[in-house]
Amino acid sequence: MKKHRIFLGMTLVECLVLGLLFFYSHTVLETNEKKLIPAKQKMVKYLELTDLSIWTEARYTRHPSQADLFTPFQDFPSAFEHFPAGSILAPGRPADSTTTLQIRR
Amino acid sequence: MRHLKILEYALSSLLRRKYKNLSLVAVYAFTVSILASILFLTHALKREAVAVFSDAPDLIVQKVSAGRHDLIPTGYLDSIRTIAGVGDVHPRYWGYYFDAMTQSNFTFLGINENLAGLELVQGRMPAEKGECTIGQGVAQAQFTGVGDQLVLIDSRRRSISFRIVGIFDAASNLLSNDLVLMTQRGLREFFDFPSGRATDIVVEVYNPDEISTVAAKIKKMLPDTRPIAKAELFRTYDSVFNWRSGMMLTLFSAALVAFSILAWDKAAGISGDEKGEIGILKAVGWDIADILELKFWEGIVISLTALLVGLTVAFVHVFLFNAPLLTPVLKGWSVLFPTFRLTPYIDLYQVFVIALLTVTPYVACTVIPSWKAAVTDPEMVMRG
Repeated sequence: MKKHRIFLGMTLVECLVLGLLFFYSHTVLETNEKKLIPAKQKMVKYLELTDLSIWTEARYTRHPSQADLFTPFQDFPSAFEHFPAGSILAPGRPADSTTTLQIRR
Repeated sequence: MRHLKILEYALSSLLRRKYKNLSLVAVYAFTVSILASILFLTHALKREAVAVFSDAPDLIVQKVSAGRHDLIPTGYLDSIRTIAGVGDVHPRYWGYYFDAMTQSNFTFLGINENLAGLELVQGRMPAEKGECTIGQGVAQAQFTGVGDQLVLIDSRRRSISFRIVGIFDAASNLLSNDLVLMTQRGLREFFDFPSGRATDIVVEVYNPDEISTVAAKIKKMLPDTRPIAKAELFRTYDSVFNWRSGMMLTLFSAALVAFSILAWDKAAGISGDEKGEIGILKAVGWDIADILELKFWEGIVISLTALLVGLTVAFVHVFLFNAPLLTPVLKGWSVLFPTFRLTPYIDLYQVFVIALLTVTPYVACTVIPSWKAAVTDPEMVMRG
């Protein structure tokens, strides 16, 4: 009757480790939301930034929110999209039918 | 007590084939960790974008010419100001620069000379024409620091030297890695902007509910423009990192397929040894229910261990080691790619989804073939 005790003990330890990691994430989240996120929000507000600086390989991957959905294909008539990040970015979600702005764009 | 005894027997049974089962747990945990890493990473990036862009411009107006983004006449500012509900309207000057020396793209942004300092900047903001503040990525690519010179080639092929007066803190890398800030005057001269033109126009709208109405009015008044509302910015990042994104579709589905093969292999049939074991257990008086419970415990032991280990590995991988296995996939051809420490946003719903997607099918795949063997006559089962 030893093995099941070891198994249950190990499972409990694993749950505890995971719980501690989640608790750590909660603590970091609280600290960041108090300090780091407001500092970043201030930066976005002052510098009027619109996009995350993740993909710097092409204009439409550097500023996906500022580009048209068809920008990757604008290089020349019937151009293909060829940047790897283009396959990571999802196609934009269909616009809400109630938004006149989307229809007009 | 009876359940514990069956669990004890299940563990003994698993330990009899310990190398096979250990390798099964390792592969299973690896699959779970890949699935969980992708979910953790995309969710954290999405939440980060939503959190930091809450103060982004309400409306950005671009000029579109022949289907392409073009420089916008600053004369449009006055037309936009006449719209009711519009607050501050001002031009934004920014552009891209390809640095041939480092083969990387920088984003140049022109700011007002009197802009106050930011917490996330070591040093200060550029206050005159020959000064700049740069992101960590630019500093590392150019091997420069505060007080050094940044030499760039302007649009007239002249070599222009900027004094670096500040560097963005690494904590802001997700926003500033490739940024080069300079004064608006400096940027206009560098790119040789035609007078009376800007990159785009920032519009403040007093009432957030009126943003789309104002955008529609701008579009009607200035048909060659494209207004981009803040809501669209959020929608972009929501779709970039949602389940339809390439990242989720390629990596996530590959891991899911790998897991399905694993489960299918298990469901496709149990080995002769296992069938023999079931036959013996029935012959010595075990009920079908007992055998099913035994197999259920075997499935739970394997899948629960793999799930907990996989989730722990995924958390450590994404939030403590900054996802080194996923960043090469994200990076693509970007020369400047930010090293970022993500805020660990965890969505418990996603954790439950992973648990449901992995534990339930595996346990089912363990129990169902055993049930088939258990309902057969013990002699037939033992004969194979």
